[in-house]
Amino acid sequence: MKATVYITEEVEKFIQNHGAEYFPNECCGFLYGKEGDKREITLAKRVDNSKEGDQRRRFEISPKDYMDAERFAILNDLDLLGIYHSHPNHPAIASEHDLAKAMPFFSYLIISVNEGIPGDLKSWKLENDERKFTEEHVEVKYLIEK
Amino acid sequence: MATILIPTPLRKFTENNSKVETGGITIKDAIQDLATKYAGLSKHLLDENGNIRSFIRVYLGDEDINALEKDATVIYNDSIISIVPAIAGGSI
Repeated sequence: MKATVYITEEVEKFIQNHGAEYFPNECCGFLYGKEGDKREITLAKRVDNSKEGDQRRRFEISPKDYMDAERFAILNDLDLLGIYHSHPNHPAIASEHDLAKAMPFFSYLIISVNEGIPGDLKSWKLENDERKFTEEHVEVKYLIEK
Repeated sequence: MATILIPTPLRKFTENNSKVETGGITIKDAIQDLATKYAGLSKHLLDENGNIRSFIRVYLGDEDINALEKDATVIYNDSIISIVPAIAGGSI
């Protein structure tokens, strides 16, 4: 059975908007929330894609931005729970390139953006800390039930 | 003893400690000491040859050790060492 990661509607919209705005390049950001019985992501923050050159197929987050993200979590009593990025004109499937530098524990949310229109949002996590991804079920908590 | 700051994704291997005191004269000593204390951490920090993995950055204070003496950089009792995962990826 897939593990579930819960995200708020605001986080979903935030990632969709960022992906659309940054198309055709890959956007990226940090995900914060609380890790208890459930993994609940309540806040997303944008960060610069620091990849030099073509950003349509690659993203990178600078070490300084990463250290700032850790500090932000401590100062705001949140857990840094993962990273999101977009796949422009490509499915929300984690690639070999995503896997190569993936860390344990983090949820890696990927949004597919097709010709500027946000599509599937999927989450991936390293399986038992091995170098293999498994998909997590993404459950969006809507303020108003649909 | 220098202090190593552990990034969130690796804290499950350090009993949820965000800071660990570590011994040694150089960065390499400190990282190896940490990997010895917490065995599960080793494969995420060090490669088969015991070197720091390419996707792990190490900072001494605000300085990337690659701009210093790399893993031979000397540390002191009041040194703050940060382990920073290189976050990157892409669709293809």
